[in-house]
Amino acid sequence: MERCRMVFSGSGGQGIITAAVIFAEAAVLHENLNAVQSQAYGPEARGGATRSDIIISDTDINFPKVIQPNVLVCLTQEAYNKFYPILRPGGLLITDTRFVKIHKNVDAQQKELPLFRSVMDTIGKPIVLNICMLGAVISFTEIVKSQSIMKILASRIPSSFLDMNKKALDLGMELAAAHKT
Amino acid sequence: MNENIKFVQGNEACVEGALFAGLDFFAGYPITPSTEIAELLSIRLPQRGGKFIQMEDEIASMCAIIGASLTGSKVMTATSGPGFSLMQEALGYAIMAEIPCVIVNVQRGGPSTGIPTRVSQGDVNQARWGTHGDHAIVAITASNHQDVFETTVEAFNISETYRTPVILLYDEVIGHMRERLIVPKEGEVPSVKRLKTSVREGVDYHPYLPREDGRLPMSDFGGVHRYNVTGLFHDMWGFPSDNPKVVHDLLRHLVDKIHNNVNQITKYKSYYLDDAECILISYGSAARSALHVVDYLRPRGEKIGLLELQTLWPFPHSLISEKCRKAKYVIVVEMNMGQILKEVRIAVEEPEKIFLANRIDGVFITPMDIRNIMRLIQGKGV
Repeated sequence: MERCRMVFSGSGGQGIITAAVIFAEAAVLHENLNAVQSQAYGPEARGGATRSDIIISDTDINFPKVIQPNVLVCLTQEAYNKFYPILRPGGLLITDTRFVKIHKNVDAQQKELPLFRSVMDTIGKPIVLNICMLGAVISFTEIVKSQSIMKILASRIPSSFLDMNKKALDLGMELAAAHKT
Repeated sequence: MNENIKFVQGNEACVEGALFAGLDFFAGYPITPSTEIAELLSIRLPQRGGKFIQMEDEIASMCAIIGASLTGSKVMTATSGPGFSLMQEALGYAIMAEIPCVIVNVQRGGPSTGIPTRVSQGDVNQARWGTHGDHAIVAITASNHQDVFETTVEAFNISETYRTPVILLYDEVIGHMRERLIVPKEGEVPSVKRLKTSVREGVDYHPYLPREDGRLPMSDFGGVHRYNVTGLFHDMWGFPSDNPKVVHDLLRHLVDKIHNNVNQITKYKSYYLDDAECILISYGSAARSALHVVDYLRPRGEKIGLLELQTLWPFPHSLISEKCRKAKYVIVVEMNMGQILKEVRIAVEEPEKIFLANRIDGVFITPMDIRNIMRLIQGKGV
């Protein structure tokens, strides 16, 4: 497989880092892949443009940080403005229509998804925005199966919340499917 | 799924290693970037009958683990630079009184409170000479979570074998990043048990009378033997002495027990050193960037290799001298102003061929940083 370098970015509190950990953990525990995840630890993790780096590969990963991601997710305007220049040319750039107004001339496969609006319309709880985002990411990248994500979620959250998370994950996958070219 | 596979932070790998090694007692004062160690042990230790105490500061933390170790427990504390500074006085006491203990320092930028959430390897010399007086110390490190686990177990083993404090010098990148850890089954990694005295109750026990092999069997303090423990130079009973021979012999013993066993203590990893014209020497998280460079340049025909040090103190001078003999040039990769560089220069015959690739701005050193410096050394410009 081609090594996948990802940056999830947004505002502290959106669950960006949690989503990154779940994604990487699923790759390691259930897809038999190598993954390294790291994150911003400064004050930006509590508001401001925060980020989490994930590398997934079937070979050893030494340098653990992402300098030029081939997948970039931005869930706020501030994160988009700060991070879109580091995207590998032609890479995948996922943004949320509610929070981010994109520049048209960026050399990227820009996917503007109504993640927040769909979560609010169908589920009504913004808490699962990160899982909906994760659904879109796994649909585009096809590295980790949704069942693997659900297994990690089952080990991390109370069972009464599993259904809502499953719905959010499926919703993200559907939104991505509709935006695949 | 193998349930021994985990996806964890380096700090958690350290906790798993400590529990595997038989940790019974932890006292600490949480500090970024080592906080997760205290946080996790506050849950895990009581679950298996161990003790976790959050102390008022790092001075007390260090003193608490010294006391607990004397009573027969395997002990550890975890901190970062500012806390490690506070521990130095009691660290010297543990060296002098020969008390096994493990101190984790997950390094961040200093001096002082420095830059709490960013990476540095600036405490290497503090680990060596932070406490006063001639002494020997053991400081070890690792660059990935599997090695963090094994190195942590090794720290306990060395501390019990030589009755010495052992410092685990991790750093913010290792502590916070997550990657795979496979927790070995019991017995898969050797674990050294406390050597206890065979002297029975009612018979005189000499706490500082070595066996023929130089090791000092211990008797649980508060148990069946009464004995004295002090930071003053002391005789075989543990009582203070200013007898020149006693002072001389004890100081020699404290230093020699470590320095005469450099070969037993030293652990390292080598990559493509046999024909390497350029050798990178690195340790801790910086070694990951160095290995990235080696893995990138080797298939492109560059004769480059990596010597990753896991033992920093006692410094393996003869290992360095031997491995670097044939190299055209050697680059020490570290995130400080050349603390290991100086030792490498002392170790080799041609110190002018030793260069430094470093970063001191709190940013993790990248493969590109290292390659830029390589090009400068090769006369190719940036």
